Amino acid sequence: MAVSKLFGASIKRREDPRLITGQATYTDDLQLPGMLHAQIVRSPHAHARIVRVDTAAARRHPGVVAVYTGKDLEGKLNPIPTAWLVPNADLKTPPHPALAVDVVRYAGDGVAVVLAETLYAARDAAALVQVQYAQLPAVVDQEQAVRDGAPQVHADVPRNVAFTWRVAGGDADQAFAEAKRDGVVVAQRFVNQRLIPNAMETRGVVARYNSGAGELTVWYTTQNPHIARFLMSVVTGIPEQKIRVIAPEVGGGFGSKIPFYADEAVVVFCARATGHPVKWVEDRRENYVATIHGRDHITDLEIAARKDGTITALRGKTWANLGAYLSTAAPGVPTILHGLILTGCYTIPNLSYEVLGVFTNTSPVDAYRGAGRPEATYLIERMVDLVAGALKMDPVDVRRKNFIKREQFPYTTVEGLTYDSGNYEPALDKALEMVGYQKIRDFQKQGPKDNRYLGVGLSTYVEICGLGPSAVAGAVGFQGGLWESATVRLHPTGKATVFTGASPHGQGEETTFAQIVAEELGLPIDDIDVVHGDTGAIAMGWGTYGSRTTVVGGAAIVVAARRVKEKAGKIAAHMLEASEADITFDQGRFSVRGSPDRSKTIQEVTLAAYLAWSLPAGVEPSLEASAFYDPSNFTFPFGTHVAAVKVNADTGEVELRHYVAVDDCGRVINPLIVDGQVHGGLVQGIAQALWEGAVYSPEGQLLTGSMMDYAVPRAHMFPMFTTARTETPSPHNPLGVKGVGETGTIASTPAVVNAVLDALRPLGVTHLDMPLTPQRIWNAIHAKTRR
Amino acid sequence: MKRTVKITVNGVTHTDEVEPRLLLVHYIREVLGLTGTHIGCDTTNCGTCTVLMNGKAVKSCTLLTVQADGAQFTTVEGLAKDGQLHPIQEGFWEEHGLQCGFCTPGMMLTAVDLLQRIPDPTEEQIRWGIDGNLCRCTGYQHIVNSIQYAAKKLRGETPRKVAR
Amino acid sequence: MIPAAFEYHAPTSVKEAIGLLQEHGDDAKVLAGGHSLLPIMKFRLAQPKIVVDIGRIPGLDGIKASGDAIAIGALATHDAVEHSDVLKAKCPLLPETAALIGDMQVRNRGTIGGSLAHADPAADYPGAMFALDAQIVATGPKGSRTIAARDFFVEMLTTALAPAEIITEVRVPVLGKGTGTAYVKHAHPASGYAVVGVAVVLSVSGGKCQKVAIGVNGVAGKAYRASAVEKALAGQALDEKTVAAASAHAAQGADVQGDLYASSEFRAHLASVYVKRAILKAAERAK
Repeated sequence: MAVSKLFGASIKRREDPRLITGQATYTDDLQLPGMLHAQIVRSPHAHARIVRVDTAAARRHPGVVAVYTGKDLEGKLNPIPTAWLVPNADLKTPPHPALAVDVVRYAGDGVAVVLAETLYAARDAAALVQVQYAQLPAVVDQEQAVRDGAPQVHADVPRNVAFTWRVAGGDADQAFAEAKRDGVVVAQRFVNQRLIPNAMETRGVVARYNSGAGELTVWYTTQNPHIARFLMSVVTGIPEQKIRVIAPEVGGGFGSKIPFYADEAVVVFCARATGHPVKWVEDRRENYVATIHGRDHITDLEIAARKDGTITALRGKTWANLGAYLSTAAPGVPTILHGLILTGCYTIPNLSYEVLGVFTNTSPVDAYRGAGRPEATYLIERMVDLVAGALKMDPVDVRRKNFIKREQFPYTTVEGLTYDSGNYEPALDKALEMVGYQKIRDFQKQGPKDNRYLGVGLSTYVEICGLGPSAVAGAVGFQGGLWESATVRLHPTGKATVFTGASPHGQGEETTFAQIVAEELGLPIDDIDVVHGDTGAIAMGWGTYGSRTTVVGGAAIVVAARRVKEKAGKIAAHMLEASEADITFDQGRFSVRGSPDRSKTIQEVTLAAYLAWSLPAGVEPSLEASAFYDPSNFTFPFGTHVAAVKVNADTGEVELRHYVAVDDCGRVINPLIVDGQVHGGLVQGIAQALWEGAVYSPEGQLLTGSMMDYAVPRAHMFPMFTTARTETPSPHNPLGVKGVGETGTIASTPAVVNAVLDALRPLGVTHLDMPLTPQRIWNAIHAKTRR
Repeated sequence: MKRTVKITVNGVTHTDEVEPRLLLVHYIREVLGLTGTHIGCDTTNCGTCTVLMNGKAVKSCTLLTVQADGAQFTTVEGLAKDGQLHPIQEGFWEEHGLQCGFCTPGMMLTAVDLLQRIPDPTEEQIRWGIDGNLCRCTGYQHIVNSIQYAAKKLRGETPRKVAR
Repeated sequence: MIPAAFEYHAPTSVKEAIGLLQEHGDDAKVLAGGHSLLPIMKFRLAQPKIVVDIGRIPGLDGIKASGDAIAIGALATHDAVEHSDVLKAKCPLLPETAALIGDMQVRNRGTIGGSLAHADPAADYPGAMFALDAQIVATGPKGSRTIAARDFFVEMLTTALAPAEIITEVRVPVLGKGTGTAYVKHAHPASGYAVVGVAVVLSVSGGKCQKVAIGVNGVAGKAYRASAVEKALAGQALDEKTVAAASAHAAQGADVQGDLYASSEFRAHLASVYVKRAILKAAERAK
């Protein structure tokens, strides 16, 4: 088949015209007749008993239609479930009521809901709901939470331990004993701080219940409308087929719009109870406490290596803070998505690792871009640098020495995953060359200038993407499948609509998927529309997260398109009075082999398929096909990122000078979009290294509760990034793609931290926890120079 | 007590009775139905609500509608003229300056003000010029390229897409 | 976030505004550009019953030089200050300071009078006001009076303005030849407010520092003059070593604040580094 110009082309996005002209419709843009506005009253306390809720004043407020408390909802909604029941971990799933009834467990826990005719009246009335609390001692730190005598977040979860999960292979203890005798052992404690996703659009829902038909329609800021429908049905009892969930334009998610939240169930309840459509949209301050957070690990880790730099084992334990309740995917994030990739891109034969999931009186923690894998990559990439430091080796050499070699693929890791393909050295070489690694090292030897220290840091990462085979999902306790659906429908005029169960919200798949179909069917790209995010239009789908949309959703589309082509081929053969075996297809035209003048375009064939005046025996009218694609494995993108920084030892200020990202995400459909994904990921990962971090007071108040306190990064904080790629196609994916949505976030955090610590090496600082603020760096330098 | 305001948005003059506390962003979105202007924070940080007031970029979440009485506004809906995209819109489209699109209207209107002050901005001037606008998707790099594209176009030069 | 309801007045003269403030007393708040007041009203940290919008009073936004002083109307926006040709030529410290306030949108609406009246210690103008020995003109029921910057800021979020007084003008000196100024700032990565902001006005003659005034904001509960540094520099050559030694006293006597981002110890240290940077920059410009 001739290579199309579309696959691999940086064509501009087809979703953009509506977005740049203000004609896109986000959830908050909807206005329905008779619509009420909801405001949720939230607990200001991290842990308290609810003594009394007085709603009388709020009810009397002009414009108020109803006020409901937790007690009013009791028995009317099922508890909010978690959907990832990680096995063999003694997982505890304490009930999560949609509105708190007796006890609030974090500052931000919903207590009541006010419904009014206007947003302004709802806000005013919410301030009039009087809640009397009896405060209880709170715990916010996951290590303290598991100690004897710590406040209990849930009465029936002893020591607040939600689960204990282990992964092990080889004989780590023996490897450590050997390394102690004749090698090197490095131990380090790491804090991977809590982050707040901060999608620019906050969460929101508009719910309309038609009691006559028993039908619920929900417009919802979700990354996965079908999962939302399923869980909404479980919680509200409304039959699944009566629920339609629409994800209109969604303004970013980064994982925070995967979960099904208590608030959404409350809004649905309100729409049913009042008989009015109800809109609820978070304001930003609410978003900071009521939408999930990410990361928040404390880890004690040890690494064993031989004197030549060969790493032999990892051993350690992580305390993962889960917040007050188990969010939808929460148990899987610090376990399956984290512990199974701990050894990274290295041949480390021995591992012993334990993760404790811990309840605390804080906002729930769930998947934030990368979800578990950034935490793992941070650990291993920092550890490799620490080994290099201990052995006085170049970090590049330690990496090369331990890389899984090209000829070892497919490679089964000690964690039990099989990496399908990889070729790590070329990406490393390319990145080093692009950043001018040797030059930087030479420059470093000249010492600091004006007390500014130059540092260079690497991250050679591998990640799990393209989630994932459904059998694996089942084996690891995910209460869903991870296949994807697609329908490719040609219309009588030869145009096409593509339906996908994935639910992109900024990733550009309306363009990428059209490129795939245009390539497969030889249709002009402008003749193809992509529909997503509507359970009323799409049979089933699992949504957009885990860098799976193009990998799994795209694969489903290619399979469906090929089925369309096969059927069209049969009809073309019939029309051309040739045998099917003699029909060739190229760029939208079916021809008879050897007689190129005997041909039919796909549009002609499509019309014939719809007219159905004369179809071959056994061929049904119309031209469309569906596919339900379940991948046979994950994909494993990899690459090398290098950061160069200058650290001002007078102030601890860090200047990011250069950043080079060489990624291998397999075949690239649209380089422009891939670059955009990488850039966006980099900024989030770099921001974790340098600026972002949620901080709670010991009493459980979020001290970084707005954009005034929590540093969502700005444009001036970054240089222009240099991106490049190597291309090792996924052997099992029909498109050869591997996913790129999370690589930037996963790789960049350790690269920047390694760079800063490389700069600080002459000052005797070997490790610092993130974010590497001026204060932290200055304190570390200051502590060293004081001695 | 409600007050009467007369406000011109995208060339159309509206007269409305409003509560004094009505924020301009809510007036634009709820009263006028122009939902291209978004709300992203409560703290005047994110810039998604940016509109042009008498030609200058302002954050409409930190402005009372009554303060805007008599003023002229441009929102994202008023950027394109006669079906022709404004150069800033063209720049964002050509250079992939947006992903989820939520920050984009505010980002573009800020860029319009920036480019009328500095027609040929450096990368650094652009990065500082959009300091009042947060984007969580793009990493800003393609936004910088988009604004440079628009700058060229507005100067009457032929923009060249960034090579890749 | 939505403000609580209030009654709104938009007087068209200073006199009328003062009359409204007299009438409503503590129930009233003055609104200028709105960029200090509206954010706290949206969080309902302020819930005034009456808002007096002085933004429509004509004639309060000019920037004019007369003799050895420049008069800046209280309603001059940060953007107007940043781009004022008069100020750029005769008092460049203010445009340099204004350019670092918030962001372009904030500068387009925020006013110098509003910012000063709000008296946020982490705002950018106070340091410059101190370094320039600016005079703040307040107009009230008894007419106008002039308050020196050092007397104007009483404590965090509190000024010397009497009830029913509003700022109508800010007066700063025309700076002569041989004077160098600078404002440098370590901004909080989220809010953009000054963790440390240092404004310097100095003159050099014969290689020696003749006059130096250093205003510091962001460090203490209110802005202050770094007098110990000023003393140590008087009559000295402004070489890096001398300046560094003098700058070590940047936070001397100040009630240095600590927060999540910067402890008081670190903030005091940052102050010394930024004082040094500002002095060296100003000295370079004095040449």
